[in-house]
Order: sequence, then structure tokens, then C-alpha cells
Amino acid sequence: MTALPFAILIPLAGAVLIVFARQHPAIRDTVTLATATLLFAAVATLAPAVFNGARPTLTLAEPLPGLALQLTVEPLGMLFALLASLLWVITTIYSIGYMRALHERHLARFYSCFALSLWATMGMAFAGNLLTLFVFYEVLTLVTYPLVTHAGTERAKRSGRIYLGLLLGTSVCFLLLAIIWTWWLAGTLDFTRGGILHGTASPLLLGCLLALYVFGIGKAALMPFHRWLPAAMVAPTPVSALLHAVAVVKGGVFFILKVAIYVFGIDLLAELQATQWLLYVAATTILLAALVALRQDNLKLRLAYSTISQLGYIVLGTLLANAAGIMGSAMHIATHAFGKITLFFCAGAILVRTRKTLVSELAGIGRSMPWTMGAFAIASLAMIGMPPTAVFVSKWYIFLGVVDAGQLVALAALLLSTLLNAGYLLPVVYTAFFDAPGEAAGDTHGEAPPAILLALGMTTLGTLALFFFPDILLALASQLAGPGT
Amino acid sequence: MPLLAAPLCLLANERRFAWGISVAASWTAFAIAALLLGQALDGDIVSYELGGWSARWGIEYRVDIVNAFVLLIVSGIGSMVLLYARLSVQQEIYAGRVPLFYAVYMLCLGGLLGVAITGDVFNLFVFMEISSLASYALIAMSEERRALTSAYQYLIMGTIGATFILIGIGLLYMMTGTLNMQDIAQRLPAVSGNHTVETAFAFLTVGISIKLALVPLHLWLPNAYAYAPSVVTAFIAATSTKIAFYVLLRFMYTIFGASFAFQNMPLSIIFLVLALVAMFAGSVAAIFQDNLKRMLAYSSIAQIGYMILGISLASATGLTAAILHLFNHALMKSALFLALGCVYYRLGQVNMEQLRGLGRSMPWTMAAFVIGGLSLIGVPLTVGFISKWYLVLAALEQGWWPVAVAILLASLLAVVYIWRVIEAAYFQAPADNSDVVAREAPLSMLLPTWALIIANLYFGIDSSLTTTAAAQAAQCLLKMCGLPQ
Repeated sequence: MTALPFAILIPLAGAVLIVFARQHPAIRDTVTLATATLLFAAVATLAPAVFNGARPTLTLAEPLPGLALQLTVEPLGMLFALLASLLWVITTIYSIGYMRALHERHLARFYSCFALSLWATMGMAFAGNLLTLFVFYEVLTLVTYPLVTHAGTERAKRSGRIYLGLLLGTSVCFLLLAIIWTWWLAGTLDFTRGGILHGTASPLLLGCLLALYVFGIGKAALMPFHRWLPAAMVAPTPVSALLHAVAVVKGGVFFILKVAIYVFGIDLLAELQATQWLLYVAATTILLAALVALRQDNLKLRLAYSTISQLGYIVLGTLLANAAGIMGSAMHIATHAFGKITLFFCAGAILVRTRKTLVSELAGIGRSMPWTMGAFAIASLAMIGMPPTAVFVSKWYIFLGVVDAGQLVALAALLLSTLLNAGYLLPVVYTAFFDAPGEAAGDTHGEAPPAILLALGMTTLGTLALFFFPDILLALASQLAGPGT
Repeated sequence: MPLLAAPLCLLANERRFAWGISVAASWTAFAIAALLLGQALDGDIVSYELGGWSARWGIEYRVDIVNAFVLLIVSGIGSMVLLYARLSVQQEIYAGRVPLFYAVYMLCLGGLLGVAITGDVFNLFVFMEISSLASYALIAMSEERRALTSAYQYLIMGTIGATFILIGIGLLYMMTGTLNMQDIAQRLPAVSGNHTVETAFAFLTVGISIKLALVPLHLWLPNAYAYAPSVVTAFIAATSTKIAFYVLLRFMYTIFGASFAFQNMPLSIIFLVLALVAMFAGSVAAIFQDNLKRMLAYSSIAQIGYMILGISLASATGLTAAILHLFNHALMKSALFLALGCVYYRLGQVNMEQLRGLGRSMPWTMAAFVIGGLSLIGVPLTVGFISKWYLVLAALEQGWWPVAVAILLASLLAVVYIWRVIEAAYFQAPADNSDVVAREAPLSMLLPTWALIIANLYFGIDSSLTTTAAAQAAQCLLKMCGLPQ
């Protein structure tokens, strides 16, 4: 008996309880926090066994003959689940502070959908085959839709259309097709080390299939299917922070990693011509998104484009198809998450205190909100990939992978984008601390509410801690990359 | 059984009594159908000779897996809709006619079941006319005046179709000298290649296509669905086109044989083109409808396209997909129309404008509509996904790439029209001048609606019953099972 069933049941039960407790804000918030904590505990108890090579399995249902909805825990999923559930606890603390400070409405719906999103994320993390992964992927799109459109305004509705249109469109047209094609070729959808597709079709066809996967997984926000992510920024900040910097987008790249490792297999991936082309697409995405980020004045939009760029790293690392690249990508999922969630938390904290959303309005804000902006500065370093932040470690491995593979284009893209990252984040820090406050200096806002600060501090510490103690990451990631490393 | 109940309803000239009798009758029919399916799944063929005349002269009733499956869905939907009908009928139909309504409803159900159960082509024609005439009457009973013209339109189209079918049957009788399906099937190979047989086939196909509302013979359908009483729409949409589809299968496979239909006649390509046109034209037309019933009617035309597409693929998987979609579409369409019926009951209209803000005032009804809509789109964990999976798989098996993509694209069109409803219901404030205050629909209407919605989910998560039955039915049709070898 493992904790696996609980990891799936807890968020679901939490979502139902939250709806029941909708009349009582205190109970509702307590239930949310308790759910998040319990979920993290359940996931954490699974971890040691998985470290030692256990692969707990659970079959949920069999929607199609021979194709079950099945959960299997493996290192990559474990990493993703640990990350998402830990950050959910922190985000819950944050959102209690945030949503109350902004007097947001319909909170029961909000928290309930949030719990459902985490449920879908857990389902994705633990999915034992492609079908299960796809099912929870779609569920995640649908349950985050009410969160994106939470404001209920015309703008939210329009963004919701883009969000849903792109995510459902790519997944139905490309991804589902790819999955059914895989089923037809291989006769199985189970995740198998070394892949299931080897020798089933010509390299050209397999290349098409790979492209269908990479573009079909719209959540990985590879250009030209990235528009949904900036659109989703209309959502309340906790949603942008946890879902659109961690759960949803990381779900996308996680899916790509899974496909690369367990469906194609690294060896097959390295042979395909198409991998090269997709690598260039990823490199282009990294650079273009970073360039667009430079020009965004809205802080959240700037962060969103930065996320697109960073997701490009992970896709690129995966497509390098060597051990270091895969390890780097897997770790980057976690390290980028800590950094980016901190940045979003800061953006939200600024919004709560000053109602400001534009970078150009932030002059001198570092003086009134030193802690918030301090965290922002550290997280900015993380985005650039400088020590002592955890991103340095993962980026290091991606660099190693690039050098191993001898990809000059990718190397150039990485170096250039590092400069660009500095270019769009450091000016924010500079403005906040060194520019004189503008006309409206009379603002008597102070530091952010304590709940927000607490959450901020935890993620910032996480960014630093993972630099000094990357063992757990390395251990999980190296299990992935195969017994050789 | 329902045929017996019809005159009883008329005799019992009291509303509730008539309702009670018809409910009892239809549920008994459902129970019998379930038993028959159980037997048929074991491979039995149940045959009953009406009036004790042996099959060659008398009328034989013959149930194999194909009709058992169809019987189950028709009687199931018929009885579920009846449970729902009491309040809705009370409101929408002039009180004095209510017993008459139930009597005609029973005739219609009886006719449909008769079509499915009989083993004699002329008898099939008679039952088909019973049910068609009854459904003209049902549509005309609506208080909406335009219902009369649309019933008249339907009557004319339906009669033309019936005439075609009758001519086809007549030609068959001429060639083989028998009306029993088994006998015709045995004697046909001897005379195949004969132009008369080909003409008979053409007449039958066209005639049935009218009843089936296959593009371009669909013109009667949108009006008939839009102006009929809600209950009738739900019932007819889920059953009568399905029965026509069953008849088509019977004639094509059991009587003429698959090889005749696809090798001697260019049916595959004709059906393929028509199906694709239906899928796209139907969905696009649905997007531009303001009346929701009409919208769903056009979506039905598109869905019929999917079923025909399944046939045109001319493979076991394609046929399985078609039969599966027959079942699944009946479930989702009836659920959707019942949900609309709830709206109509409260508001008296189902235009886009009235839907505004209904997400708040009728949460359960709209939630049912949303789930039904998701099923129509083909989101995983609903029945729509299962059908779509099989259809795409069948298309890939044949190597028909563009078709597979077309199926998926068409399902994206469904997202558009369903989402228009969702945006109206959840994002727009109720119209100010609405004098009717919307409340949640009564429980007796909500429960059957939700029962169907749950069936949608159940058969989407555990489809073993439907997929096995559909696969067996497809095998049975292809091998012309039940023929004395």
C-alpha cells in the first residue's frame, strides 16, 4: 500500500470540500491549506521508495480496450510532483494574503479550480502511459480556464478564447493525432525506457511524428504556439505564479521530456533529422521570446515572455538527446520554477500594495518594499543563471549537453539569451532601487502583507538552497539519464 | 409492448395516468432490450416467428448483437426522456392533447423498436412508417405555430424517402421472391451484377439517406428539431436518425453484403465526400445559429457525417467506430436537448440572448450542458472521445491522413459553437428587461438529464460494454452472421 492513491484523491477531495465550505471564508482557506499540505506529505512519502528504484503502479480505469488509465511513479514524475505540490503549499499561503488584500470574489470557485488543477497536475506527473498523460493534460486545460477568466471581464473572456483555442487546438489536432498514430505504430502507449517506436516506421515519418508531439504539446509554448501564455496573464497573480510558471507550462515540457525519453528513446531521437530542425525552432523561441520580453512594459507580460524563453531551454536540452541535456532539462524544470514563481510573487505583491503593473512605474519602489524587491533581485539573478542560484546548476548541465552534442547554433543562442535575460530583468531591479521615486512619491504604502512576504521568502530560499544542496535534483535527474551516468 | 400501451394511453383519458402507463411500458421495453443484449453478447440469435408461421412465409423477429445494441439505446433513451417528459409536456402541449401525445409517443417508440427488431424487409418498412408518421404528429403538437410547417416539410421529405425505400424493397422482392432478410441475402448473390439489383440498392440508399438526414438530404431536420416540443426533439434526435442508420447498415451489410456495397457500387467514395461535407458544413452552420435547438440540430447533421464516415472507411474498425458513435451520439445529444428543455421550461425560449447569466441562475442545468458539450467536442473521459479515437484510428489504418486530420479539425469547430454558449451563460450579465426570472429547473427534469450526463461520463471512462458490443456488431455485420452457412 503506497501513498499513490492519496496523491490523487487528496486534491479532488479538497476541491469538493472547498465548495461545501463556500459560506465560511476561514474554513475554506483552512481546507485549502490543509489539502495542499497533505498532498505534499503524501507525495513526499512516495519519494524514498522511488529513489530506491520502486515503481508503484495504480490502474484507475480502462476507457479503451487494452488501454488503461494508469499511474506509475518514475523519477521525472516524482520530481515534477514534488515540485508542484511543494509550491502549491507556498502559493496557497500567498494567495490567502493576495486574494484577501484585493477583495477578490468567487473565492470558493477559485480555490476549488485551483485544487482541481493540482489534481490534474498530479495525474500528469504520475501518468503511466501516453493516454493517461493526455487525459490529465486536457483536464488541466479545462480546469484552468475558469481561473484564467476569473475576472469575468470582456478582456478575460477574450484571453480565455485564445487560451482555450490554442491549447485545445494544438492538443486535439496534433497531439491526439500523434498519440493515435503511436498507438497504431507501436501497439502500446506504455512509457518504456528506451522508447517504443524504434524501427516501426521510416525516419522521415518518425520525424513528422516528433514534430506533431513537440508542436502539439502547446503547453510547452514553443513558437508559434505561444500566444496563450501572455493571454493567460489576465488571471490573478497566484494563478500566473503557480500555474503559468510551474504546473501548466512545466506540464508541457514534462510531457515533451517523457515523450523523448520513454516513447522515442534518446538513441532514436539522436538519429532523427527532424530533431535538428526542432532544435533550431527551440533556439529561435529562446531568442525571440527574450527579445519580446525586452519590449514589454507590463511586468507580468515581461515575465510571461521570459517563461516562454526559459521553456525553450528545456525543449532544447531535451532535443540535444544526450545525458547531460536530459539531466539539465529535468533540473531546469525545478530550478526555473523556484525563480519564476518568486518573480511572479513579487509582481503580485507590488500590485497588492501599489496597484502598479508597469515597469516604468516602479521607480524607487525598492525603498518602500525592500524585502520584495530584494527577492526580485535574487530571482532575477536566477533567471540569468548566475550563482548562487539553482538555475546555474541546471543551465550548466544544458551547456554541457550543448558542448557534447557540438551544437554551435544552440550554444550561440544560449549565450546570447543569457545576455538578453540580464537585459530585461536587471533594469527592473535598477529602477526599483536606484531611480528616484516619481511625482506620486506621497504613496504611503509599506511592505507587502505578511502572508505574501512569507511565501516570497520561502521560494527565494528555495532558489538559493537548491544551489547549495542540489543532491536530490541530481539524484533524480541522473536516474533518468540512464544507468551509465 | 409500447404498441399495446398506445391505445391504453388514449383510453386512459387522464394526464397522469397516461404518463404512468407509457413510463411503465417503455421501462419494460428497456429491461427486455437489456436482457436481449445480454443474450446477444453471448453470441445467441433470438428468433421469434410472429403468429406461428415459419420464417419463410410469416414475419420473423430476429435479434442478433447489432439490433440488440440498437434496441438498448433506443429504448433506454426513450424511457429516460419519458421520465423527464411529465412537466415539460404539461407546459408545452395543450392539456386536452396530453394523453394523445403519450399515445403517439408510444407509437413512435414502438415503431422504432419494431424497425430494429424485425427480420422482414416489408415489416421493417411498415414499422418505419409507423414511427415516422407518429413523429410528424409529435412535432406538429408543439404550441409553436411554425412547428406545423416544419412537420409538413418533414412529412413530405419523409414520404419521398419512404417511397424510395418501398421501391427498393419492391425491386428486391421482384428479384428474389422473398421478403425475409435472410432469404434475400442468400438469393442475391445468384442475381448480383444485375442492374435491377443495383437500382434497388441505389433507391434504398437514397431513401434511407433522407431519413438519416445525410447532407444534401438534410433540409427537413433543422426546422423539425427546432420547433418540436423539447421532449420530442430530445427523443427524435437521439433515436430516429439512429434507427435510419441501423437500417442502412442492415441493408448494406446483411442483405447486400459488404463486398457488393463497396466493390460493385462506388459507395465508399460517395459516402466519404458526403460525410466530410456534412461534418464541416454542419458544424459551420451550427456556429452561426442563434437558436440553440437549431444549433444542436446542425451539429447532429455534422455528427451523422462522422457515422457515415465510419462506414465509408470500409473496415472493421471503421464500422466499429460508426456503431460506437451511434450509441455515444444518442447519449450526448439527448442529454444536451434535455438540458435545453430545462431552459425552455423556465424561460420559454432558447435563444442565445436568453442564455445570458444562466450559469448563475440555473447552475445544474448549465453544468449538464457544459459536460454534454464537452462530450460533443470529444474531450477525454467522455463518450465523444471514445468515438473520436476509433474514427481516427480507423482513418489511420486505411492510411487516409487528410481524413484523420479532418475529423480532428471538425471537432475543433464543435469547440467554437459550444463555447459561444458557455461564454453567454457564464460571462454575460442577464438581460435587464427579462421579465421571467430564471430559476433552477424542477428535480424531475434535472434527474433524467443528469442520469444521461453520467452515462456520458461512465461510458467515457469505462467503455468496455460499448466497445465490445460495437466491435462484435461490426464483426457480425461483416461476416453476415446468422446466415445458415
